[in-house]
Amino acid sequence: METFSYVKAPSVDKALASASQGKFIAGGTTLVDLMKLSVETPKALVDINLLPLDKIEKLPEGGLRIGAMVRNSDLAWNADVQKSYAVLSEALLSGASPQLRNMATTGGNLLQRTRCAYFREPSAGTSGGYGCNKRTPGTGCAALEGFNRTHAILGTSEHCIATHPSDMCVAMAALEATIHVEGPKGKRTIAFADFHKLPGDTPNIENALEAGELITYVDLPKPVEGARSNYLKLRDRASYEFALSSAAVVARVEGGHIRYIRVAMGGVGTKPWRSHEAEAALMGKPANAASFKAAAEAALAKAKPQKDNAFKVELAKRCLVRSLKTATA
Amino acid sequence: MADTINTRMKHLRSRTPQNVTAGLAPDQQSVDLEPLAEPLASEAAGKRGFSRRSFLSGLGAAGVLAGAAPLAAAAPVIEPALQDQAEAGGTGNVTLRINGKEYTLRGLDPRATLLDTLRERIHLTGTKKGCDHGQCGACTVHVNGRRVNSCLSFAVMHEGDEITTIEGIGQPGNLHAMQAAFVEHDGYQCGYCTSGQIMSAVALLKEPIGPSDEEIKSAMAGNICRCGAYTNIVAAVRQVRSKA
Repeated sequence: METFSYVKAPSVDKALASASQGKFIAGGTTLVDLMKLSVETPKALVDINLLPLDKIEKLPEGGLRIGAMVRNSDLAWNADVQKSYAVLSEALLSGASPQLRNMATTGGNLLQRTRCAYFREPSAGTSGGYGCNKRTPGTGCAALEGFNRTHAILGTSEHCIATHPSDMCVAMAALEATIHVEGPKGKRTIAFADFHKLPGDTPNIENALEAGELITYVDLPKPVEGARSNYLKLRDRASYEFALSSAAVVARVEGGHIRYIRVAMGGVGTKPWRSHEAEAALMGKPANAASFKAAAEAALAKAKPQKDNAFKVELAKRCLVRSLKTATA
Repeated sequence: MADTINTRMKHLRSRTPQNVTAGLAPDQQSVDLEPLAEPLASEAAGKRGFSRRSFLSGLGAAGVLAGAAPLAAAAPVIEPALQDQAEAGGTGNVTLRINGKEYTLRGLDPRATLLDTLRERIHLTGTKKGCDHGQCGACTVHVNGRRVNSCLSFAVMHEGDEITTIEGIGQPGNLHAMQAAFVEHDGYQCGYCTSGQIMSAVALLKEPIGPSDEEIKSAMAGNICRCGAYTNIVAAVRQVRSKA
């Protein structure tokens, strides 16, 4: 591991002042792992564990404000989240292990990096190592011709097919969260859909954060009256595994017809995958198997499978149909 | 033995060429191989003057010295490197509170994980290193009463935290109920994952999880047992929960 200097920031201002020196470290579950693999080589770490961003508060207009330092387990077990945003609680509890959820933070989870085995290879992106445009732009993508069973089928480019690994983010995409950041140029908010970037020609750029910016809060909008939600995660084993396909659904059904619908998918996209296509196919339609099937077809219409992951197209369709069925039952 | 140490500690080594040729990275000297100035009483006063661990460690060090010349060559670069870290805002003394006792560690390298620090500096070797990437749970300890993977945390981040290891849960003759239940139900075979399993099991007693076996299994999913003692582990956890 490359050496680094270490400072503990007592306040947001102090953290921002130190930001130019390196990376923020919160739970460390992604960063320390990747530092051991030489994927991340920060020259300095700014420890933000003392920052007072560990509260979950109700907003005046009925939404919920989640501090960036709220641990995944605390968020999943929060009474307001369980009651009004069940899809988020279910997504969090389906991810990682209890130990990791006790460490991992809300802000850190937004920045979770792909599990692509080529990306995680220590020498990837260097001469003699696997090509990885995410590690070093221009070195190619070993996953395209390599073993790509777990890779993405939506939002890929000829430069990168790495899957976004987070469960929490899939639920937040369906809930239309807003991300608050603070940086050298002041405070700003980023809509969830704009936060994660498609790989395109620049797979090394994964999100909308600018240099030195710190995630401070995630806001959830007021819960949709009468809506129910569901998170379904399909994987190779029943626990402690990343999704092959997952679906987050928030739906309100009135008189047998779908009057509100939000759909996001995980395990299949290069970013947390909001499916406007599925939503358009469902809005106003009867809540029945035919509608769900049509929505699943629409959601996967642009899927581009690789040689080892064609199964994900059908799996994702069935995952979405099952999740819609559960959320509208 | 040299291969074993190289493999186990490979993440600690700098990948920059000049440091690779210089041999072991500074932290391997200071964190992993150098004991505390004052060894724990239990280690120092082993019944026959040395423990199984100190004997094996001695063999390991001798093996490395005999087989790998770069170690000696690396020595001159150690001090300047540590000095640089201190000047760059690296750590000087770090005090950790573990099992109710304070340990002041001089010159702790910021790269030292909590796991390596517990094992190699403080010699609390009940906490085990398995995958070293947060995937197996062998390194599970409690920080402020919550279970975490000590391999994915730097020790310098834990000043002021209350750290509890398996040694702080119970001792021979005064076992924690969970330890006793693991013995009673044979919740292990080789025992390597056991301390992590027990630390997880003790922590889940305070977590809001349901009463069923399925929920116990899910709550224990972060601890892998290659011997496959899962059925007996669940039985042990179930028994302690029913009495709690």
